[in-house]
Amino acid sequence: MIPVLGAFGVWLFGWWLNSRLASGPYSDTRMVRFLAPLIFGLTVIAIWELVVRGLDVPLVILPAPSVIAVRFADSVPILWADFVQTIIKGALSGYLIGCGSAFLMAIAVDRWDFLRLGLLPVGNFVAALPIVGTAPILVMWFGFDWHSKAAVVVVMVFFPMLVNTVAGLREATAMQRDLMETYAATYWQSFLKLRLPAAMPFVFNGLKISTTLALIGAIVAEFFGSPTLGMGFRISTSVGQLSLDMVWAEIVVAALAGTAFYGLVAMIEKGVTFWHPSQRG
Amino acid sequence: MCAKACVRGIRMSSAGIKAVWAVLTVVGVIILFWYAASVPMNIKGVLTEFERAGEEVDPPKAVDRRDMSEFELVIDNPYAIDETWEQDRPRLPAPHQVAEELWETTVEKKITSKRSLIYHAWVTLSATMLGFAIGTGLGILLAVGIVHSRVMDLSVMPWAIVSQTIPIIALAPMIIVVLYSIGIQGIIPKAIISAYLSFFPVVVGMVKGLRSPDAMQLDLLRTYNASQSQGFWKLRLPASMPYLFTSLKIGIAASLVGAIVGELPTGAVAGLGARLLAGSYYGQTVQIWSALFAAAILAACLVGLLGMLERTVLKRMGMAQ
Repeated sequence: MIPVLGAFGVWLFGWWLNSRLASGPYSDTRMVRFLAPLIFGLTVIAIWELVVRGLDVPLVILPAPSVIAVRFADSVPILWADFVQTIIKGALSGYLIGCGSAFLMAIAVDRWDFLRLGLLPVGNFVAALPIVGTAPILVMWFGFDWHSKAAVVVVMVFFPMLVNTVAGLREATAMQRDLMETYAATYWQSFLKLRLPAAMPFVFNGLKISTTLALIGAIVAEFFGSPTLGMGFRISTSVGQLSLDMVWAEIVVAALAGTAFYGLVAMIEKGVTFWHPSQRG
Repeated sequence: MCAKACVRGIRMSSAGIKAVWAVLTVVGVIILFWYAASVPMNIKGVLTEFERAGEEVDPPKAVDRRDMSEFELVIDNPYAIDETWEQDRPRLPAPHQVAEELWETTVEKKITSKRSLIYHAWVTLSATMLGFAIGTGLGILLAVGIVHSRVMDLSVMPWAIVSQTIPIIALAPMIIVVLYSIGIQGIIPKAIISAYLSFFPVVVGMVKGLRSPDAMQLDLLRTYNASQSQGFWKLRLPASMPYLFTSLKIGIAASLVGAIVGELPTGAVAGLGARLLAGSYYGQTVQIWSALFAAAILAACLVGLLGMLERTVLKRMGMAQ
């Protein structure tokens, strides 16, 4: 019972610390903005650990964070192999193909009004559909290896990317377009010097949405069949063997990969769209 | 005056007709492409069937056909093209096969039958709706807390944003199994997955919405000596509606995906996800495609319903564009 009381104490202490930070004189500094979520996260982990140990929660229901950390450290080679199979081979290649082809398609859609009228409603419609459902079909067509996962990712990221890029390419105002016209700019000149740069915030929005979708697609597609490695495979088999510490270790990998992937794209965005108000503020 | 309005009306409708025409063309091209694609996709299976039935096939041996390109086979055996659209277990079923299956499993089967897609769709839909209601309810509450408490804003909000970049759906199989091991099964585990998938988009969107009134509007309320709760009910909440509906649409699509994925590890009992998994186990491609279309129609209906609700609400509030 004492650890549970300890957990309560930890919670009170974390809350007190954060409210001191939030109402203190430095509440708007970077330091506090960084510290407060960190304290919150550490508090949650401490409470988790203490409650699991205090109430003797069995491993098959919820492993303690320390158990997960030990498992993570012990099985780094397995986790790395799964990471390469699912994220690098499956998600990343699908992401590049899907976003690349959606970008080219968006240029065509933007160029011909008929395509925009016809394809954009279809694209908007498809972007809201549960596309993960195509996973069993694509696994059947492209086999169990990473090719089918990449195919699922391509289908998943294509339409959000298309819709965002098309919206971005229409972002330049009539005044700016007229200015290009007075310069006697050709279509491609005005495209490269005006409309493409103006579209970049939207393009990066699409790219950022797609990072998460790519990971979801690659992991869920493995639930429908995979070789004997991969994060989705490991999660579903470890759940079957009730070794939940392994499942949590994979989830930690997925979380780290997801944030790193998103962070990378956000960093590139910062470099490319430095002129945009949202980046200067 | 009238003439001008009439002309504008006609011009509007001609633009509308053009848009409908464009959409129909694109859909038509997709269906044509689908039919065309199912010929090379299915030709090998069809030729194998023909060979077993003792008919003449070019080339006659399956071993020789294995390494040939599909297009070559189609050109060599043009009489087989019809059959590629009629197979029992094609690699890519033709559109009319999927439509037939959808018709048979929705209209011609009794709703209570285990083979009725309406039954399976209802199983998935009920979990989706329950989860969505829980997720949005909690999400709105947390957003209200974040907007009013600086401590929560500083400590919780970054995690809500980070959670958007993580494939949290990976937790789904574990939640199902863990809840099963403590004796909870049926709709609740799926609803929990749906709930947490719709939770974070609603939190993030709603915080943005509740913060959308600008300083001028907030100052105006201060000059009226409005209390914090008056400010919330009369300014922040109404101002957040457009943001709320945008995130609700994202949230319900995520909820549906959550419910479908939540049905996978239970061993394919009932629901659209179970239909997908059972179809992929037994190679029933037509069944997979019809389940996929049922899920798509369901998603489209849910998002469309929210869109209608959005238009009505925003119109009544005078916020429609």
